[in-house]
Amino acid sequence: MTASAKWRARLLYAGVAAVVAYCLAPFYWMVVSSLRRSSDVFDTSLLPSAVSFENYRAVFEPSQGFTRALGNSLIVAGVTTALALLLATFTAYAMARLEFRFKRLVLTLIIATSMFPVVSIVVPLLKLFTDIGWINTYQAMIVPSMSFALPLAVWNLTTFFRQMPDELEQAAMIDGCTRGQAFRKIIVPLAAPGIFTTAIITFIAAWNEFLIALSMTNKQAMQTAPVAISKFSGATQFETPFGSQMAAGVLVTVPLVVMVLVFQRRIVAGLTAGAAK
Amino acid sequence: MVDTETPPGTAADEPRGAFGGRSRRPAAAAVRRRRGPGRPSAGSGRMAALLVSPTLLVLTVVVLYPTIMALRESLYGAKGLDPKTGFIRTTEPFVGLRNYADIFGEASERFWNAFWNTTFFTVVTVGLETVIGVAMALVMHRAFRGRALVRASILVPWAVPTAISALLWRWIFHSDGIANALIGHQVLWTTEGFHAKVAVIIAEVWKTAPFIGLLVLAGLQVIPKEVYEAARIDGAGPLGQFWRITLPLVKPALLVAVLFRCLDALRMFDLPYILVGAQKTSVETLSMLAQDQASNVRFGPAAAYAVILFLYVFLIALGFVRLLGADVTGDGGAARGNRSGRRRRAVGYGAEVTA
Repeated sequence: MTASAKWRARLLYAGVAAVVAYCLAPFYWMVVSSLRRSSDVFDTSLLPSAVSFENYRAVFEPSQGFTRALGNSLIVAGVTTALALLLATFTAYAMARLEFRFKRLVLTLIIATSMFPVVSIVVPLLKLFTDIGWINTYQAMIVPSMSFALPLAVWNLTTFFRQMPDELEQAAMIDGCTRGQAFRKIIVPLAAPGIFTTAIITFIAAWNEFLIALSMTNKQAMQTAPVAISKFSGATQFETPFGSQMAAGVLVTVPLVVMVLVFQRRIVAGLTAGAAK
Repeated sequence: MVDTETPPGTAADEPRGAFGGRSRRPAAAAVRRRRGPGRPSAGSGRMAALLVSPTLLVLTVVVLYPTIMALRESLYGAKGLDPKTGFIRTTEPFVGLRNYADIFGEASERFWNAFWNTTFFTVVTVGLETVIGVAMALVMHRAFRGRALVRASILVPWAVPTAISALLWRWIFHSDGIANALIGHQVLWTTEGFHAKVAVIIAEVWKTAPFIGLLVLAGLQVIPKEVYEAARIDGAGPLGQFWRITLPLVKPALLVAVLFRCLDALRMFDLPYILVGAQKTSVETLSMLAQDQASNVRFGPAAAYAVILFLYVFLIALGFVRLLGADVTGDGGAARGNRSGRRRRAVGYGAEVTA
């Protein structure tokens, strides 16, 4: 190995370390801060001087309503994901496999809707939902969430279906399957990993939604987790409970991070779908 | 570009493949169905209509209808005292373009401030994200040892909910927080002023640069090694290879990533709202302004702001697709330099507004 090659290798390691530190340092800080005692929450040492779960106990105090908020988040994000996937699977199949007029236009329209500013949908819907008494209901959060979840799912699934060889269905259809049967018996089982990945990506997008959940609720009992955490109150009005906010943040984020780490290969494939052809 | 699609235009030129077209002879349709997938026929047209229409229906209800409602709503004023009768009105009065006139007149200071904040955040964050993201992608592409670790860690900022990351950065930027301890200065990051903008930009870039890195990495991985070998033989240095080969070849992937990031940054809400707060001049974006009006039951002005933001986003998207040829649908039309494809897509965007 020449001297310059050695230096290049070192530079590369430094680069890798920099990328990892960039991505993980703030997250690490959240975890560390959540484990401090409230008396030394302003400590800036890299490890907590004494590990304490005080903040985590504070999160689950009944007055914060955090358990309920987690449940609300699960319901809203879960139902949104299920509905979006159900509709998107059929549509994406048509997009990837069938030739029809206006196909390009329809796909463009669907993708374009995912780029809508959410606020321009929320404002009129807020008024409508106020009039029909939907404020503080799950459907008031699920319906607007479809506006970004559905296009996301269609787009992801279309790329997955496109990657599957045509011959599979052709063979099934030659063997006497109708197109519908070929879809049900051949395509859906084989596309299961793609559908699963799309479900994770859609779920994370719906779970992380804030603006809709903030606008459509004004009762603590109906808030989703991100909204509830942002409204955590301290002992006094002027004291922000950073410790318990960090603890709640860890609780909301860790399931996502674990899910992402377990399925990282697939998620990367899903996220980059369409970017590299 | 390894799609199974037929050459562009075939679908549109084939009258029997009409979207929602009816088959006159079922037997013929059955025969056609046997021809296999990928070819237009009355059968596949009808099936496509059946499969696509539920999605279109839902999107019409949750996107198109509210957009039209916002347009209508922006022409109405708030309930209140009727200046003519002195009674409280129960319905909202029609005020025509008054809300828009107010935005560019009475409320113009707040509007233009929000407009420039939005634009500033978008330009600066997307610019920084692109540079950092490309650098990350280059590192990841070269790294063989530690690749799994890098790929795992790069997904973490993406998975953290924006609202949580805003709280996290609020904590980092606290007056007694780690950021001040590191720089050795007392900066009140989350109070009004330019430093609040800096805080928002840092937090936003942290969360989204890795995403661009991932998309660019995917673009890098499909560049054949032979291209670099040829360049090296022709005497291109590392920098020359980057500018002449890497950048042009990842441009389609990068362009789509930058377009998505731009449109996302233009509607920025969660981060400044939680990190700094509502109604803060230094960081108020158009989304925050519209939401603030709506939460104060001033639906007319709120809708007018929403319509303006919508038009702004639309124009930026149109600019990307038309001027730079960003290939959004991912079937390679623009990359092939297919003018008609590009024009058709532009028509698609136009139809959306007039519909």
